[in-house]
Amino acid sequence: MNAEAIHTEVKAETTPYFDAPLKMSAKNVSVYYGDKRAIDDVSIDIPQRYVTAFIGPSGCGKSTFLRSLNRMNDTIANARVEGEITLDGDDIYRSGMDVVQLRARVGMVFQKPNPFPKSIYENIAYGPRIHGITGSKAELDEIVEQSLRRAGLWDEVKDRLADSGTALSGGQQQRLCIARAIAVDPEVILMDEPCSALDPIATARIEELIDDLRSRYAIVIVTHSMQQAARVSQRTAFFHLGKVVEYGKTSDIFTNPREERTKDYITGRYG
Amino acid sequence: MSPAILLLLAFGLSLLGWLAARSRAWAFRRKDPQVRLHSLPNFHGWYVALWVGVPALLFAALWAAISPALITGHVLADPASAVLPNFGFERETLLAEARSVATGRAFGVFNEEAQALVAPYRTAITLFDSIGLVVTILVAFAGGAFAFLRLKPDFTARTRVERAVMALLLIASLVAILTTIGIIASLVFETIRFFGMVSPLDFLFGTHWSPDPMSAGAPDGSEYGAIPLFWGTIYIGAIIAMIVAIPLGLMSAIFLTQYASNTVRKVVKPLLEVLAGVPTVVYGYFAALTVAPMVRDAAHAIGITNASTESAMAAGLVMGVMIIPFVSSMADDSIAAVPQAMRDGSLAMGATTAETIRKVIVPAALPGIVAGVMLAISRAIGETMIVVMAAGASANLTGNPFESMTTVTFQIVAMLTGEGSFDHPATLSAFALGMVLFLVTLTLNFIALRVVKRYREAYE
Repeated sequence: MNAEAIHTEVKAETTPYFDAPLKMSAKNVSVYYGDKRAIDDVSIDIPQRYVTAFIGPSGCGKSTFLRSLNRMNDTIANARVEGEITLDGDDIYRSGMDVVQLRARVGMVFQKPNPFPKSIYENIAYGPRIHGITGSKAELDEIVEQSLRRAGLWDEVKDRLADSGTALSGGQQQRLCIARAIAVDPEVILMDEPCSALDPIATARIEELIDDLRSRYAIVIVTHSMQQAARVSQRTAFFHLGKVVEYGKTSDIFTNPREERTKDYITGRYG
Repeated sequence: MSPAILLLLAFGLSLLGWLAARSRAWAFRRKDPQVRLHSLPNFHGWYVALWVGVPALLFAALWAAISPALITGHVLADPASAVLPNFGFERETLLAEARSVATGRAFGVFNEEAQALVAPYRTAITLFDSIGLVVTILVAFAGGAFAFLRLKPDFTARTRVERAVMALLLIASLVAILTTIGIIASLVFETIRFFGMVSPLDFLFGTHWSPDPMSAGAPDGSEYGAIPLFWGTIYIGAIIAMIVAIPLGLMSAIFLTQYASNTVRKVVKPLLEVLAGVPTVVYGYFAALTVAPMVRDAAHAIGITNASTESAMAAGLVMGVMIIPFVSSMADDSIAAVPQAMRDGSLAMGATTAETIRKVIVPAALPGIVAGVMLAISRAIGETMIVVMAAGASANLTGNPFESMTTVTFQIVAMLTGEGSFDHPATLSAFALGMVLFLVTLTLNFIALRVVKRYREAYE
């Protein structure tokens, strides 16, 4: 099947699902690393207040695509993005787009928890400080508490905010990173396999958290676990070899996939 | 018998042993294809070669050490030695002279009496050399035979050879450690002698340094207060040089790791490392001939009239430039060791590259950077050539960087290369100064390495 066909098909079949307002939209996006094409003509809409999951075998380009949504690919020397990605209708790759502002609106949580080697408090306060969100200590305290509460970490750490963020357990560190992302009040949160380094209990906590956060943010999550995609997301896109094979309601993808390749993947035939 | 021939002989025999043992090992397998050798044939070869070579070389070394005494003993037993005076300087001279003629290093004798001893010397040397040669060969063969007879298909040649290699590595590492201990020991003895003549309190806390190596010895009005030297060393090496090296080194490391494109990095980094390879004496005359006059003129221009041509400033500036590559490469390493995830985390929050560097990367890399600075200081205060050529010799206790100053290393050079004798306190003071310098740099290095280690553990 060629790219053109997928594109029109996805468009035609999925548009009716998007009763929710669109937050982000990618049209004909291709990403290159040097001469290698990692993402090939992908078009996807990210709805408001939904969790959108990207699934697919390793190396299919789902993380690459996720990173292009807040221009984190800019930090890779020879990466190049073609096509159009919009946030509230505004092209994020247009010249004059302020990457700093963009990343404040589109936050990111990484595969491996990466708290800064600073105190828990300073980890959360980092974003509000660099964006000048508040000048007063009381307001900052408020933001820190609220972010930690939303990330479900407040009760565990409220007595030791001065301890190092790296001293927390893996699951706590990941929730700290989520709290850190929330602290700058983003509109979209990108999560790149946020549970792959965590045990099942910590994973369950993060999944609950994602479900809670959905009421305020658009969330995009890349995951290797199909069960996870089925549990937390409302929309699922199946990536394969740099293309989107199928995109639609999560329940449809998992119970009634239209594409043979999707069916093979979710039934564990390959990948 | 020259040592070179013995050495060649030992290696030749080892090679023979190696070949013989290897073919024997192959023969085991040829004879019975079912047999599995415990070790590869090469290891059997090495095993025998070691047993041939090592005992033979050890014996040859031993023989080289004891045979001169045996030869002399043999000559003295000869009736011709009756002409020798009984003891003393003349007796030694005559023996040495006869030995030189006998070994062909001299063409004729100066003292007639020595002539009679030349012939006995020749006989004795030939005799003992032949004994040495024969026994060396015997030892080689004995070792080789012992090893060769132990070869069997299941003989554990590999483990034994590996053990021998390990022993060799151990000895190699011990050489460095033993040398260090030897240096400390020699410093300690001379330092104790010095402190027998000058009180340690006067030395460590006195503020006047005016030793006179040509005097008759203490008490002579010399003063050994080393504070001006310590101050000069710290002022030049740890203050002026670091004011130059820390910002420049750190900024170049940040540029190279965070901003520079691959192409720029590929060009600039080696160039910076070349700076580390410039001999310090070259820096020295650059400091003395180019920088020092410029510094003096600049000082005069801004109204400092007592600026001298030799100044702490000139030496410190050049030393700072010399140290830049050390600071930069240590900072580079520790910045590169900060995980990419940390950088991504900050950038994904919407931080700029500059904010990321200032608030995340440098703080995370700080322990490594501090360690790098400490190593750089320890190198700067031990540096000699630049201060010898540019800082001057007068022990001034002053804060004015445009005045001449002297350092510990300079005074060590001055005291040891002077005309003074080795039991004069002025000469011995060099050892006490060396001891202080050694202890300080050792402490700095020790702390720096501990910091680096702790820091590495944190990220792995």
